Amino acid sequence: MSTRRNFVKMTALSAALAISGFTSLAAQAADTIKVGILHSLSGTMAISETALKETALMAIEEINAKGGVLGKKLEPVVVDPASNWPLFAEKARQLLSKDKVAVTFGCWTSVSRKSVLPVYKELNGLLFYPVQYEGEELEKNVFYTGAAPNQQAIPAVEYLMSKDGGEAKRFVLLGTDYVYPRTTNKILRAFLKSKGVADTDIMEEYTPFGHSDYQTIIAKIKKFASEGKKTAVVSTINGDSNVPFYKELGNAGLKATDVPVVAFSVGEEELRGVDTKPLVGHLAAWNYFQSIKNPTNDAFIKAYRDWAKKNKLPKAETVVTNDPMEATYIGIYMWKQAVEKAKSTDVDKVIAAMGGQTFKAPSGFTVKMDEKNHHLHKPVFIGEVKADGQFNVVWKTKGPIKAQPWSPYIPGNDKKKDEPEGK
Amino acid sequence: MIRRLILLALLAHLTCLPAFAALDPAQLARLGAEDSDEKIAAIAALAGADPEAMLPIFKAMSEDALYLAGDTLIRVEGDNYIDAASGKTLTPPPDNIESITINNRVRRTLDGALAGLRLFAAERDVRLAAAKELTASASAEVLPLLDKALAKEADPQIKQLLVLAQAKASLGSPDAAARLAAVKSLADSADPAVRQLLAAMLDKSSGSYSEPDEAVRIAAVASLTQIERRIAIGENLGRVFTGVSLGSILLLAALGLAITYGVMGVINMAHGELLMVGSYTTWVVQGLFRSYAPQWIDAYVLAAIPLAFMVAALVGVAMERLVIRHLYGRPLETLLATWGLSLVLIQAARVIFGPQNQEVANPTWMSGGIELYAGAMLPLNRIAIIGFALFVLLIVWLMMQKTRLGMFVRAVTQNRAMAGCVGVPTRRIDTLAFAIGSGIAGLGGVALSQIANVGPDMGQGYIVDSFLVVVLGGVGQLAGAVWAALGLGIVTKFLEGWAGAVIAKILVLLFIIVFIQKRPQGLFALKGRFVEN
Repeated sequence: MSTRRNFVKMTALSAALAISGFTSLAAQAADTIKVGILHSLSGTMAISETALKETALMAIEEINAKGGVLGKKLEPVVVDPASNWPLFAEKARQLLSKDKVAVTFGCWTSVSRKSVLPVYKELNGLLFYPVQYEGEELEKNVFYTGAAPNQQAIPAVEYLMSKDGGEAKRFVLLGTDYVYPRTTNKILRAFLKSKGVADTDIMEEYTPFGHSDYQTIIAKIKKFASEGKKTAVVSTINGDSNVPFYKELGNAGLKATDVPVVAFSVGEEELRGVDTKPLVGHLAAWNYFQSIKNPTNDAFIKAYRDWAKKNKLPKAETVVTNDPMEATYIGIYMWKQAVEKAKSTDVDKVIAAMGGQTFKAPSGFTVKMDEKNHHLHKPVFIGEVKADGQFNVVWKTKGPIKAQPWSPYIPGNDKKKDEPEGK
Repeated sequence: MIRRLILLALLAHLTCLPAFAALDPAQLARLGAEDSDEKIAAIAALAGADPEAMLPIFKAMSEDALYLAGDTLIRVEGDNYIDAASGKTLTPPPDNIESITINNRVRRTLDGALAGLRLFAAERDVRLAAAKELTASASAEVLPLLDKALAKEADPQIKQLLVLAQAKASLGSPDAAARLAAVKSLADSADPAVRQLLAAMLDKSSGSYSEPDEAVRIAAVASLTQIERRIAIGENLGRVFTGVSLGSILLLAALGLAITYGVMGVINMAHGELLMVGSYTTWVVQGLFRSYAPQWIDAYVLAAIPLAFMVAALVGVAMERLVIRHLYGRPLETLLATWGLSLVLIQAARVIFGPQNQEVANPTWMSGGIELYAGAMLPLNRIAIIGFALFVLLIVWLMMQKTRLGMFVRAVTQNRAMAGCVGVPTRRIDTLAFAIGSGIAGLGGVALSQIANVGPDMGQGYIVDSFLVVVLGGVGQLAGAVWAALGLGIVTKFLEGWAGAVIAKILVLLFIIVFIQKRPQGLFALKGRFVEN
């Protein structure tokens, strides 16, 4: 009996020792707040995600230069999940349990976000996701600073159907084969149906990640477009496949005045590797373009250019800014504001403080984090590609729009709550 | 309506040629209106002004080089700011200028107006392009303009286009005889839009045909069959071409492996990385040309060919000397070792060139495409790669069959001991053969850089395909690789057209599994006696 009591005592003692050891360790590390950056720096998504890592580092440096957060400096922890979805989950676990980061900024593809979600839920971490996506998700541990479908996909298709957009009647839904394009196209199909577009006037095509031979698909689009009414292409192709796709589009002589292509994952950064002269007039829908003129944006662009020069990024003289970079930037600053409001980096307290935060964004509007649904109120812009690879804004909303993560075009969504479970 | 306005304006200037009033600055300034409708109206109104004066303005507008400073329209040419109305260069350039942006709808009208003005240009190419543009968008309002242009046009090719455009535009004519003539001459067309128009004439939705005259309907049916046949031929030609194109790429990727694996029996998992080495060499050469010889930039691909061969061959020699030669005859160890080498090479590329893809631009002579047959647009870069694949194949064949080195390589691979006995330096031959195989992979890399992304792990996507080609073709010879590459290319492309890219890939892999089960030696088995081990 006594041995058992002794055993209990011993365990309690050692546990207490362990805890005190821990706290002393934590005290040593407490001069900084660790911030995780989880973006693919190699593989098929590196074309898009590398710039987001740079933006996050830049914002962190800016914040540190002004004294950090709660008097502590931010310390970035950069990991490379290499466009490998299971590796995303591994790296996320490493960030949360080994590095003990207070917050993570990361992911681009929805499949990577879905693969880290269980980790963030299990360990109660905090993730800021900066890219437009398909919606159909609302998690307590995630803040979505990119667009929901009603802040990008739906307005873009509405524009294509309008007089200025060319009054398209037939649609090709072209995408990379994974959850984001499939779900977006499901929403778009329902939306088009509600607008009276018949199923025979919609063509859906998917290609694997990293696909590089778009000859057949372009020929198919040409054929589909020649079978009657005005046709437009909605592209949800992600990653470096976009370069061969647009190259082929230019070579095949498919002009924007005949068959416009509107892309949801192509911005200034992706077009850097393409000769854009044959692509003039093709479109992209985003919540920000580099070509938007306002003082906040000028400062943002200048800051990033200086950052690129200082850190000798490849082709630093031609760096561009784009929408997910802006969303990353907004996310970091909003997190900082929330931490300052909560006076703590504790995940639950920060989540509670995030609702209602506002930030003057480079898009020229003051964007707001919704009080409930973890999404931003954002303006929508539609731009046409110019010969220099920049976008010419041809349409925009009057002001920021509230996100609808549960698209009303998917049956059953009207019953879902506009607030994460367990909050 | 707008189009009619433009054409009326154009006609006005054609009928009373000499007297052009000077451009009205107020009217010009309307081109910078906020609203698209107003811009389009302004273009229509100005299409009838002096073509000499309007062409540069419209051109500037379509190139985003048109600005508004207050009420003055300004076009920018190089560093010069030119007042659009007077044509005078403004010095110093005005400040506060606002760029005039156009969207696709305005651009369409603008292109039409430009084509109308250019139809009467002095240069043949300009007229040809304008005629093509008008053929695509012909409608009844263009008719008088087309008649006018036809009367003046001497070039047979342009004339043919204009006749087609004229026929297309006359389909809506109230005169049945004119419609009949139009329908008949449209039999020569292969334009899917024309098929659409003719099919609409035969439409019988509301009880009666939309085309009232029976003779016209009969002619329409006849023309429609001809057009449809032509479109079908064009489509199939296009499909075969894309298949051959994919085949040529597979061949270039696999030819080097056909030598190292097929002939020498080395399972080289780093083969894809040798392709990558070739592509990066091309990128470096492009960079060198850009900074040191920008006037020769279009020739950088040609300069990259021998260099890529040499660099990849050197990497190959290093691999063979340092690792592979110690493992001859131990396929499992070779497989693991070369896989390790491939990781080393990928990481090396990442460290040297960065993890991001590098941009390799097509030289201008490889951009764009030619229309071989109606509807079958062949991109020039693909044609160049097919030609290049044939060239490489020829070189490899000559070398293996006609040179002493080739004979030695064949001798060593067929019977190493015997070849050694008659004085063939087998070790040196091994190194050389491996170098050649690697060099050819480097050449494949040059071709890939023109169509795919150049990045550190680009080779990974081709290693499986390369092995498939070699195994399917029959290990040990080149002819098999050629047929296998072509066959795989065409089958993949036909399947893709039918079932989509994802399913096509699965079906091709399933097919190969079944095929190898039934015929493990591949398409072509080497005949003769061999000394195994």
